[in-house]
Amino acid sequence: MSIAIDSKLPEGVHLPIYMDNHATTPLDPRVLEAMMPYFTQKFGNAASRNHSFGWEAEQAVETAREQIAKLIGASAKEIIFTSGATESNNLAIKGIAEMYRERGNHIITQVTEHKAVLDTCKRLEKAGCKVTYLPVKADGLIDLEELKAAFTDKTILVTIMFANNEIGVIQPVEEIGKLCHERGVIFHTDAVQAVGKVPVDVQKMNIDVLSLSGHKIYGPKGIGALYVRRRNPRVLISEQINGGGHERGMRSGTLNVPGIVGLGKACELCGQEMVEETKRLTELRDYLRQKFESKLDYVHVNGNMEHHLPGNLNMSFVYVEGESLLMGINDIAVSSGSACTSATLEPSYVLKALGLGDDVAHSSIRFGLGRFNTKAEVDYVADKLIDVVLHLRELSPLYEMVKEGIDLTKIEWAAH
Amino acid sequence: MAYSDKVVDHYENPRNVGAMDKSLSEVGTGLVGAPECGDVMRLQIKVNPETQVIEDAKFKTFGCGSAIASSSLATEWVKGKTVAEALTISNTDIVKELALPPVKIHCSVLAEDAIRAAIGDWKKKNGVAETVDAATPVAQ
Repeated sequence: MSIAIDSKLPEGVHLPIYMDNHATTPLDPRVLEAMMPYFTQKFGNAASRNHSFGWEAEQAVETAREQIAKLIGASAKEIIFTSGATESNNLAIKGIAEMYRERGNHIITQVTEHKAVLDTCKRLEKAGCKVTYLPVKADGLIDLEELKAAFTDKTILVTIMFANNEIGVIQPVEEIGKLCHERGVIFHTDAVQAVGKVPVDVQKMNIDVLSLSGHKIYGPKGIGALYVRRRNPRVLISEQINGGGHERGMRSGTLNVPGIVGLGKACELCGQEMVEETKRLTELRDYLRQKFESKLDYVHVNGNMEHHLPGNLNMSFVYVEGESLLMGINDIAVSSGSACTSATLEPSYVLKALGLGDDVAHSSIRFGLGRFNTKAEVDYVADKLIDVVLHLRELSPLYEMVKEGIDLTKIEWAAH
Repeated sequence: MAYSDKVVDHYENPRNVGAMDKSLSEVGTGLVGAPECGDVMRLQIKVNPETQVIEDAKFKTFGCGSAIASSSLATEWVKGKTVAEALTISNTDIVKELALPPVKIHCSVLAEDAIRAAIGDWKKKNGVAETVDAATPVAQ
């Protein structure tokens, strides 16, 4: 039966379609190939200094360090391996707060950060730190004037993400870093969504500490890294995991050699293919958007589209509810701004931070295009989604009312 | 989340979608929920003034698949019942029929509210005495 259905599909379309590449990405087969020997043959512990198994593993780790450093304009010695970006963010923020406690206790961040940053900051607040959460403008970017005004003589750290995981906007990182350096404040950025997708240069962009992850760039899960600047200024971080003093004493624990090899290879490939991939994904993204806008009314994009990740499109299909939309496209993997599927029933805090009403936030879909998506898939997704939106708008009392000219904000809704 | 076959069926083939002229005296309209909560149901009934039988029902719903299914099912169930009989439909009947998971129980509550609101509106228009349990918006 599935064969019969498949045969009706356009060429190049295989269901289900994965278009949620901000959540995670498939492993690139070339990355897998690079990793394979390090599971069974070259299985040594990179910390074993007295035999060839250890040397071989250590050599592979150092090669990966070079590959990662090259992608972000760092030097290999500045790369610390972790289990992923959540750990990198925890290590950076907690480690800096602890190390620079005597200098100050004030941290500046912003409201649309990933929970790995926000929850870490909340934890530090309980431990006596003061945290400023900058708001974002309607386009998702922070206001640099508000950042300037937020600095105090106790500020030790600014942590602001490079690119947002939901709406894809790219913050003015270079300017943020400059403001920090003028004031002798450390600048950390969670660059999980940006590294490998857009040019990142820690020197030019005044970045002191940067978090990145393997599985967002077609590498394996369970591996990440933290870039920690060694000069101008030299940044020190208190270790959060104690043990054998690995990774310049900043992160103990036996190194995940296959994961590290995979992360290195993934970074190398991203560097080689970025220009071409950016062009292709930007074209596909704009094509997807244009299809929606030509066939549907009451749709709009969320987030600044000028400073934006190539593969990201976040759209609101107003007057239909996100979960019902996802239900109609269950052969397509995308993500909804509606959290009806989660336990909280609260819509996305990122979309709400842009000033979107809960109703519009509930109607939003995030498309994450990636390396392996094709134009045929984009066509399939667009056509299917348009059909479902039209079906649901037939059912939507809100759409009918708006079409009749009724102002929904004037209705007294019975909250439930 | 996995949906039951019945929810999927109502979602794909919703019954009695549409609108009735709410100015007509035999039509009762219930509009419940709020856009901010992600659920709005409008359920309408057309009542025979002689027999008090609900001869037709229509709905439109903004909400998740379970909300659409709950309101679609509600229109099926009220049709052919008298107003008094329709008031005995409870949200737990809807939960059972559609096999709704706990996180979706509020959808069934909203559908019950919609039935009560539509009947309440019809009663008000037609000067029918309110019973104690009818048409009282359920606060929660």
